Order: sequence, then structure tokens, then C-alpha cells
Amino acid sequence: MTEIKASMAGSVWKLVAAEGDKVNDGDDVAILESMKMEIPIPSEASGTVKEIKVSEGDFVNEGDVIAIIE
Amino acid sequence: MFKKVLIANRGEIAARVIRTCKQLGIATVAVYSEADQQAPYVSLADESYLIGKPRVNESYLNIEKIVSVAKQSGAEAIHPGYGLLSENTDFAKRIEDEGITFIGPRADVIAKMGDKIAARKEMKEAGVPIIPGTEEAVASTDEAKTVANSFGYPVMLKASAGGGGIGMQAVNNDEELEKAFEGNSKRAKAFFGNGSMFIEKLIENPRHIEIQVLADEHGNSVYLFERECSIQRRHQKVVEEAPSPVLSEKTREEMGESAMKAVQALQYTNAGTIEFLVDDEENYYFLEMNTRLQVEHPVTEEITGIDLVEQQLRVANGEKLKVKQKDLTIQGHAIEVRIYAEDPNTFYPSPGQLTKLRLPEGPGIRHELAVHGTSQITPFYDPMIAKLVVHGETREEAIERLTKAIHNYEIEGIKSNVTMLKRIITHEKFKEGETKTTFIQDYYLPTLTNH
Repeated sequence: MTEIKASMAGSVWKLVAAEGDKVNDGDDVAILESMKMEIPIPSEASGTVKEIKVSEGDFVNEGDVIAIIE
Repeated sequence: MFKKVLIANRGEIAARVIRTCKQLGIATVAVYSEADQQAPYVSLADESYLIGKPRVNESYLNIEKIVSVAKQSGAEAIHPGYGLLSENTDFAKRIEDEGITFIGPRADVIAKMGDKIAARKEMKEAGVPIIPGTEEAVASTDEAKTVANSFGYPVMLKASAGGGGIGMQAVNNDEELEKAFEGNSKRAKAFFGNGSMFIEKLIENPRHIEIQVLADEHGNSVYLFERECSIQRRHQKVVEEAPSPVLSEKTREEMGESAMKAVQALQYTNAGTIEFLVDDEENYYFLEMNTRLQVEHPVTEEITGIDLVEQQLRVANGEKLKVKQKDLTIQGHAIEVRIYAEDPNTFYPSPGQLTKLRLPEGPGIRHELAVHGTSQITPFYDPMIAKLVVHGETREEAIERLTKAIHNYEIEGIKSNVTMLKRIITHEKFKEGETKTTFIQDYYLPTLTNH
């Protein structure tokens, strides 16, 4: 199980993956918006998205868990 | 003169406008979001009002709220700064309707210059050189391909309502165009509510040189020479200087005269900037007009001795421009570097807690600040936290002063682009004036070992 965490504070602009999706290491799971820039959040493991912890528009802090990959 | 002015902006530009207002004896009203309660500009103003939550659409873009604060505080005029509502036609109209003066051009001029296709048309008619390209928005990928082939690759795709580099992409062939067209159109629709795209010939390896203009309501106008702003990352400027290190006196005058044609055609008023792309042969092409104060306006102030904010206030107050073209001369050389809270390798922003800010002092050094030494840099706004401006008798002296200053610029707690700026301004190619829009890609990125 791998937790995918926000690399910086920002709001969740877009969720690219959904629960149940298969993702590869390096695929984007979500895109954050921080300081007027889109920040892709890639998966750090290959597997299935077990859980998405945030919704679009949510504010996240650096280190907050965005998704869990199994 | 106005007795009280509201600044509908934040950060360093709010502080900048407040400074000139104070010198002119004008009372100032600041507005701020919950994220900016501790920002320096809030305490600099005579009055300040909390206008909402951190996100810009809940605070700095909330026209109703800003108008109500203006009325409540009795402000006679509103300075919009840059970005945010500065080029928002609805805002300009609305506050004029309320009997408050908008410190900027008329709403119809803002609207015209805000639509890239309309702006091109207007400039063409005025006799200002434009880049070969489509006169109308292009609807489909197929149509885009036909057009691109008619004046030859490479071409630039641009969102009609774009800004900040969003919806903009260079493509080299049919295949790249196909890929880029739909995606950029979609993004432009999402960001600006308008997905229409136009295509123009790509001017290869150009410089970005812009002309500052000032015009009053009585038909008087002047140009305050050029600023060269070619060094950019993510289509945003990083280093700006005045005058350009390369422009000939002849081209400088021609560009100034073109800018004056634009001003007359538009019956433009207040401060504005006409941006041009300039190629190696000094052919220049209209890029866009910014109908507001620019981030990099201080370099023009440094070489002309003119306070642009003061001129904006005077023009908005209906006064005649006192300065005449024949009296304007370039005095020395000025360079500005933008300090961004960002990773100098990836250009990703770096919000966080500032723990130290130590600023260099010395002759010819000017600071514009959005933060103080213990500011929290929030993720809600642009990552630019400060500007360092230097002036010298010559470009060499300005570079020398800037080099010393930037090496003594201390920021701790967050990542900043200071190391990047050091590498840029000490680079031989920068010293030679080889400041093209491809500078970062050609000369900075290769210095990063892990890139």
C-alpha cells in the first residue's frame, strides 16, 4: 500500500484517477493548483487506486494524503 | 487631487501605490483577504478592510465587495494595480457607474485590448506592425492546419482570451498542431470561458521589448522608451531592463512612434504598455497592449525619473501631462529581477513560512516587497514576493550593482529563485546582452546538473 501525498499546499484542481482505476508508477493521480500553477501529483507505485481522500476544490497542506494505491 | 484612493490589489504593488499616494498627501484604503492580514501593505494604508476568504474569487475578484468598501470608506478613486481586476471591463464600468474614478483607461479600450483578435485588427488599422496570422478565430483543427500551412511552420497557437501563457503553444508541423489545438482550446475554455483560438507565424528566437506610454484626457501623450523583458520562464518575466541592451536609436524611435499611433487610434488615456516581439534584424511586431501599470514599471521610473503611479493619479484626476516628449531622455540603465517563491530547478512554487529576509542596501538599489521577514507565503496567489531594482550610470555598472546585491539577498524558510537569478546575471551571454526569450532554455537550464 502506498500513500500518495501532496507535494505542496494548494487546492485540488482536478482528480485524474478514480477509485478502482489501475495506475502505473509516474501516472498523474491528481492536479493541484498552487500559486496560480498546476502541480501534477503522480503515483509513486503501480497498482489500483484503493481510495481517493480528497475532492476537487478541497484545500490540502503539504504531506496530506491524496490517494492510496494498492 | 483625490483626497482618498482605494487600492484594489495586494502584495508589493499595493504597497507601491500607497507610497506614492502618501507623497501626494492622498489617504489610502487597502483591502485584504484572510490570507493577507499580516501583509506589509495592509498596515501601510491609512484604512484597511477585510474583504473575504483567501481565494481570489472570494476576495480580490469580488467586485460587489470592493465597491461597497469604496463607498463605505469614501474613496474617490480606485487604483487596480496589475492582474486581478486591473483589466476587467465589468469592474471599470461598475465603479464609474458608482461615480468613482477608475485609475486606468476607459472600459471600452480595456475591452478592445483584452480581446487579442480585436486588438490585432485595431493595431493593423492604426499602422502598427503585426505578426502575420489569422484575422478571425479558427474553429477546427482542419481549418487550423490549412491556415498554418499557408504561412508556414512553426506557428503559435493562442487562446483569444488567454493570459499568463495559458492556452499558448508553439507547434512545428501538422501532427503537433493536431495534438495541441484541441487541448489548448479546452484549457482556454475552462480558464477564461472562451475557447476560441487564433494562429500566427512564430517569430523565432525573438526579444520581448515593450514601450511604456502615458496619455491624458486632453490629447497629450508621450512614450517613456522601452523595457526589454525577454528573460522569461513559463511565459512569465524574470529579468527586465531599460533601455534594451541592443536596440538602435532608430528602432527605438520607430517603436515609440508606433506606440503613439496606437495611443491616438484608441484615444488611450492613463498609463499603458505596448508589447512587441523584435527579431535579429530589429523588425518589430505588435504582441499585445497591457492597459494598466506593469510589474516591471520601476525600471522605466529609474531611467526617466518619472513616478508612473503619480502620473496615473494625475491623469485620472483630469490633469494635463506636464512632461513633453522632447524633454524625456534615458538616464543610465536599470535592471529589475523578480524574486519568486519557487524551486529554481523545476520552477514549481514553494509556499511556506519565511524565517529570514535580509535585503541588500547600497547606491542605486530599490526594493519592492510583498512580504516581511516572518511572512507566511500562502498558496493562493502569484509566487512573486519581491522585486529588486538597480540603477547605474551604464549597463555594466547596473549589472555590477545587481550582482553584488543579489549575492547579499538572503531568504530563508522557503525555496526561492535567487540562485537562478545569480546564474542569469553573471552569465557571459547576459553581460553581452544576448537576452532572448530563449535565454533560460539556452543558457540557464544547461547549468543545472540534474536537468
